[in-house]
Amino acid sequence: MNQNGKLTIVVIGNGMVGYKFCEKLIRKSSNFNIVVFGEEPRPAYDRVHLSEYFNGKSADDLSLADISWYAENGIRLHLCNPIKKIDRHSKKIYSFKGDEQSYDYLILATGSSAFVPNIPGIEKDGVFVYRKIEDLELIKSYGCKANKAAIIGGGLLGLEAAKALLDLGIKETHVIEFAPRLMPRQIDNSGSMMLQSKLLELGVQVHLNKNTSTVNGNGKIESLIFSDNSHLDIDMLVISAGIKPRDELAQMAGLELGPRGGIAVNDQCKTSDDYIYAIGECALYNGMVYGLVAPGYEMAEVAAVNICGNTKSLTGFDMSTKLKLIGVDVASFGDAFIAEPDCRTIVFEDRYKGIYKRINISNDGKFLLGGILIGDATSYNILLQTVNNRIIIPPNPDDLIMGSRGEPVEKAGGGVMNLPGQALICSCEAISKDAICSAVTEQGVTTMEALKKCTKAGTGCGGCIPMMKDLLLGTMQANGVYIKNTLCEHFNYSRQELFDLVKINSLKTYNEILELYGKGDGCEVCKPAIASILAGLWNDLILKQETIQDSNDRFLANIQKGGTYSVVPRIAGGEITPDKLITIGQVAKKYNLYTKITGGQRIDLFGAHLTDLPEIWEELIDAGFESGHAYGKSLRTVKSCVGSTWCRFGLHDSVSFAIEIENRYKGLRAPHKLKGGVSGCIRECAEAQSKDFGIIATEKGWNLYICGNGGSKPQHAQLLAGDINRETCIRYLDRFLMFYIKTADPLTRTATWLNKMEGGMIYLKNVITNDSLGIAAELEAAMQQHINTYRCEWKAAIENTEMRKRFSHFVNAPKEKDPNAQFVAMREQVKAKEW
Amino acid sequence: MMHTFEFIGVTHDIDSTLIVEEKWLFACHADDVPENGGVCVKSNQEQIAVFNFARRGEWFATQNLCPHKQQMVLSRGMIGSTGDQCEPKVACPFHKKTFSLVTGKCLSGDEYQIKTYPVKINDGKVYIQVE
Ligand code: SRM
Ligand SMILES: Cc1cc2nc3c(=O)[nH]c(=O)nc-3n(C[C@H](O)[C@H](O)[C@H](O)COP(=O)(O)OP(=O)(O)OC[C@H]3O[C@@H](n4cnc5c(N)ncnc54)[C@H](O)[C@@H]3O)c2cc1C
Ligand code: SF4
Ligand code: FES
Repeated sequence: MNQNGKLTIVVIGNGMVGYKFCEKLIRKSSNFNIVVFGEEPRPAYDRVHLSEYFNGKSADDLSLADISWYAENGIRLHLCNPIKKIDRHSKKIYSFKGDEQSYDYLILATGSSAFVPNIPGIEKDGVFVYRKIEDLELIKSYGCKANKAAIIGGGLLGLEAAKALLDLGIKETHVIEFAPRLMPRQIDNSGSMMLQSKLLELGVQVHLNKNTSTVNGNGKIESLIFSDNSHLDIDMLVISAGIKPRDELAQMAGLELGPRGGIAVNDQCKTSDDYIYAIGECALYNGMVYGLVAPGYEMAEVAAVNICGNTKSLTGFDMSTKLKLIGVDVASFGDAFIAEPDCRTIVFEDRYKGIYKRINISNDGKFLLGGILIGDATSYNILLQTVNNRIIIPPNPDDLIMGSRGEPVEKAGGGVMNLPGQALICSCEAISKDAICSAVTEQGVTTMEALKKCTKAGTGCGGCIPMMKDLLLGTMQANGVYIKNTLCEHFNYSRQELFDLVKINSLKTYNEILELYGKGDGCEVCKPAIASILAGLWNDLILKQETIQDSNDRFLANIQKGGTYSVVPRIAGGEITPDKLITIGQVAKKYNLYTKITGGQRIDLFGAHLTDLPEIWEELIDAGFESGHAYGKSLRTVKSCVGSTWCRFGLHDSVSFAIEIENRYKGLRAPHKLKGGVSGCIRECAEAQSKDFGIIATEKGWNLYICGNGGSKPQHAQLLAGDINRETCIRYLDRFLMFYIKTADPLTRTATWLNKMEGGMIYLKNVITNDSLGIAAELEAAMQQHINTYRCEWKAAIENTEMRKRFSHFVNAPKEKDPNAQFVAMREQVKAKEW
Repeated sequence: MMHTFEFIGVTHDIDSTLIVEEKWLFACHADDVPENGGVCVKSNQEQIAVFNFARRGEWFATQNLCPHKQQMVLSRGMIGSTGDQCEPKVACPFHKKTFSLVTGKCLSGDEYQIKTYPVKINDGKVYIQVE
């Protein structure tokens, strides 16, 4: 016992489970000194989502808690400091760095390491495992030189690794599996075959029944030789052949291990020493090591309860799994393999779409026992709940996987609202349906963010988030809360309702609107949304109400890493004179700006200090440029192809038309940004059909397409009217754009707006071309008023000394630049320093 | 360029035994700060964000550094309030993490904490208590 009368708890291993143990222990009691020794250089991170490291998540994003969290909770954390010895008699541990620490209770949370089979040549360069951030860093740097890679192991992790290699840009990826099927512990042969063909579509080749006998190569890996004498040429190998519990410390200390490794624990997570517990992937319970995070978290809970002097025991674990990330849905739940005559099985197979579903039903037809889903796992959560809660299934059990009479599958089983209260929704954090519903009912939670914060559900693997959403909405509805898409906590109106209110009452400022229709002091959600409504209605200078604008609109430039801004002058239709190009070059040189041609056919100058912005724009405006509104939710560019002025296929002058349209709508504020394109013929070099509006020349006139989108969910624009003349095209565009501005939710692009619109394109077409709502004249007049009131915001800003004053970093040292905005050299230019 | 900082040292009694000296930094004139917005003030090595919460008739000051990605930008964030108690807050312009202007606590679920400073207005001038 320590001098302050507290017991000392020492945790070895700061992985997912070790961290969870600390979190649980401090929540239960403050009567302990907690000391943690971790071997890795970082505090515990989310290993389950490790592969997202390749999709842009940083080590920080994956972190489970900041290093300051440990200090704030009185936990002494030693990183990079592995333990080499446990002395059970003196109850002390010793680290490689020479620290010694005595304990009252010791928690082993050493996890496991990748199992590396003993294949001759496996030590060669280019062979990797997949477990830690450092492994991924090595794979990433080696992978950029590799063309052909293989993974040994076709289980959950192996397939995840295969997808990661594809994402890294490796052209050919092979999965080598010893067993006759993929994911042998989760799915059956038919499922494996379906998965295999889906993987092939993604570019992953699968080799089954393959036993690797040698890794060949001169220093670095060049090929794999198999026991059937076939071989495969590769330049990189990732091993994912299973896990090996890290039980070496326990073994040296003489603790009882399992015959094939793993630290043996009883149902209270105690090892053969009363003062030592083992939890997570290093522990062996009921003859098994559990390679999933949920059982580990349950062990952390049980150990913490017992150390606090209460009792709790492990029960069984649910080993159901859903594969994430690989672009094919794969799930298995309950007893996936039980077969006739012990049950009755329903199988559904659609080779055309690549869907395989199998469910196993009790012989009396009452209960679902388990199943497998490949290609479409949308019903995984509800089926898992049906098994776990022994819910009586419908009389036609095939409804469970097929949906009844066209209804979505979710409904057939009754949906989450029909689950019993004790149903486990989040298995990582062990949160029941009751706990979630009572957070909504009793604590008045209304958002997913708040629900996660208050219950901790959904913060582990995230698989239960869709169910949480349904429960949140379902409970609110059941409580009689009328759910509509209101702006935020300050306004009980949708954007469209507010738009009409502001218009009818001729309101001109945010403060008036907040007084009349809102409450509180506003926030970063309603301020820019109302700024957009005001701009869409009155087109007044946004600078007059600077503090309700997003940073980009407040300083009329896009904020970049490091706090500098980018400058994007308008280059309508992509047409620019040599003199103007020279000006851009001169300005960029003078202010040391990184220069790049954008994807929107114009030029972006990056890295401008706030203080320099007015002078930069002064020089550009003197040379005839205007603001390009790259910072606003407003018209960006109207791309053009060169068209009939030069192109031998051009039908009309697409450049002139694009310039005319871009100038017509420049400065137009909308719920989201707007982009257009004009192509001179059907070859479509301006990619007009990927824009919010696209115009394509035809023999007889122009085709007008609307509601296209690039971005993360690309969608082609749809034809609104064909073979129309210039004037009609512009009239339709005026109506379309104003109708969108008037009715869309905040931050909704035209494509999403259309997707949510009742009646869809047929309805929209009717509004625009047949004036079915009788508002066409009003929409056109609104657009005309916008055009009449347009002013270049930058010109207004630099001409007004008061406004100009705002462009300084320090209010008390206006000429000085922010010393924290730093650059590094790159290819004869500069770039922002990494954050 | 040189700066001169005007410190006003005020000495006053707290409970007649303890005498505290407060250092107040003259930051700027009140009308240099936009209504319901912020500016950044340079104080020796520090950068301090000062907010004129005109709607509530209150002033706040915090560190200018956003702890999320170590960016000197909080003064350029939007201010507002949240919850039934109308806790005043600022949203970082980069990733919209929000911080209480009173306690400095991060309100968007992370464990961050920023520094806050007392502010007072005297004769149209803004002062921040830096020590
Ligand atoms: C500079 C540029 C990249 C480039 O170097 O080429 C760019 C840069 C940014 N894009 Fe983009 N996009 C650029 C062309 C595009 C294009 C291509 C195009 O316009 O033809 C697209 C796909 C087309 C589309 O929008 O449908 C595109 C789709 C996006 C999206 C996804 C929008 C969506 O609906 O899914 C975002 C995110 C958003 O707006 O929420 C985005 C957001 C951004 C932001 C604003 C990200 C941010 O929040 O900081 C970047 C700002 C950089 C800056 O500070 O200036 N950018 N971005 C391009 C500027 C074009 C211009 O001249 O204005
Ligand atoms: C790529 C990948 C994807 C995964 N996906 C899923 C999934 O989808 N679902 C799921 O449930 N699970 C998944 N897992 C498994 C899950 O990550 C593990 O079950 C979980 O991390 C186990 O936690 P742990 O704390 O027991 O072990 P770990 O997280 O491995 O932590 C153990 C820590 O102890 C340290 N340590 C070991 N020996 C010592 C020593 N002597 N001294 C000091 N420190 C020591 C180690 O360095 C390590 O940091 C995945 C794992 C990987 C690698
Ligand atoms: S420029 Fe566009 S695509 Fe490129 S990183 Fe930025 S947002 Fe992403
Ligand atoms: S830098 Fe402030 S929220 Fe990310």
